[in-house]
Amino acid sequence: MEPGRERFERTIAADERIEPRDWMPDAYRATLVRQIAQHAHSEIIGMQPEGSWITRAPSLRRKAILIAKVQDEAGHGLYLYGAAETLGVDRDELLDKLHSGRHKYSSIFNYPTPTWADVGAIGWLVDGAAITNQVPLCRCSYGPYARAMVRICKEESFHQRQGYELLLTLSRGTPEQHAMAQDAVDRWWWPSLMMFGPPDDASPRSARSMAWKIKRHSNDELRQRFVDICVDQAAALGLTLPDPDLRWNEERGHWDFGAIDWDEFHAVLRGEGPCNEERLTRRRRAHDEGAWVREAAAAYADKRAGVGAAA
Amino acid sequence: MSEAERGWPLWEVFVRPRRGLAHTHAGSLHAPDAELALRNARDLFTRRGEGVSIWVVPAAAVSASSPDERDPFFRPAADKPYRHPTFYEVPEGVRHL
Repeated sequence: MEPGRERFERTIAADERIEPRDWMPDAYRATLVRQIAQHAHSEIIGMQPEGSWITRAPSLRRKAILIAKVQDEAGHGLYLYGAAETLGVDRDELLDKLHSGRHKYSSIFNYPTPTWADVGAIGWLVDGAAITNQVPLCRCSYGPYARAMVRICKEESFHQRQGYELLLTLSRGTPEQHAMAQDAVDRWWWPSLMMFGPPDDASPRSARSMAWKIKRHSNDELRQRFVDICVDQAAALGLTLPDPDLRWNEERGHWDFGAIDWDEFHAVLRGEGPCNEERLTRRRRAHDEGAWVREAAAAYADKRAGVGAAA
Repeated sequence: MSEAERGWPLWEVFVRPRRGLAHTHAGSLHAPDAELALRNARDLFTRRGEGVSIWVVPAAAVSASSPDERDPFFRPAADKPYRHPTFYEVPEGVRHL
């Protein structure tokens, strides 16, 4: 075995971290680029569904919280693009791939946010599912990704709590507000469960990612963990989860839940979700409309560098 | 994609969490110049009061030891246990040493 590969295998086996300049198999590098880029894109696209509520938040307090949250999503995207770049790719190249549809982002963001309660349901369920997925990534074998995830997880817990509090306030409000909260939970519950990815027997790349310690738990394991956590949280909210098959299984020590509509998942992934086109169009437009700012900043930097050289 | 944007260099960011501690590496970002790199670093790495001082360094200016020769590179330290205080025997009862 060549010395680089031998050292790589030894590092993984010892549960130590791989760092950017270490030798690594091409497939390990490619897997990480794909996963980290998709994760970064999801953070950036994920600003949109909630961002559209910033101007319509019901109070100054809620508005300030929402702005901070959406700003965090931008920050998370940047941490992750930074981690991806340590693998030898260029951020602009990754953005090109997002804009041209060659790279995917989490399909959860292709669902609409028609009511204010959606901001709460996204915080509680979507960010909650993301945290369940992401906490084990803090121990991912690739150092820069693991370090980015530590920062992200710390910040996500504020996201989840503000969502939960928002839903609790609505749930305890007028009957109309309560109904609005329930409706949002009804719409977001199943797509949130899909966020963990296809079932283990239909997730071909999982085994290799687990062997490389990029992934620490299987999709189904994390999904079960999330369901188990949510049941009590829903009860405390005074809301129900839209699954008639949800029941405690004494034998397994877990909650059983109903079948997930994987046809819907794959359709949304293929681009047939309610908002796929809207999200990408808006992302491309934001990028194009920001071009003059980038150009101006570069021109200013050039000018100042010129002045410095002349002085 | 504009040329101007492709030209934005990469900066490594170091943050001092509080007075009395050293700056530590926080991550990297793109910016056209040092001034904007500092502003971006503030927004990116200190949104919750994580720092009282920031350094930004062009990533291209960092020289690093090679991972391929890390073992030989650091080997000189491996066989010098006498550099550690625990190498030395001190009689029982001797204090402040």
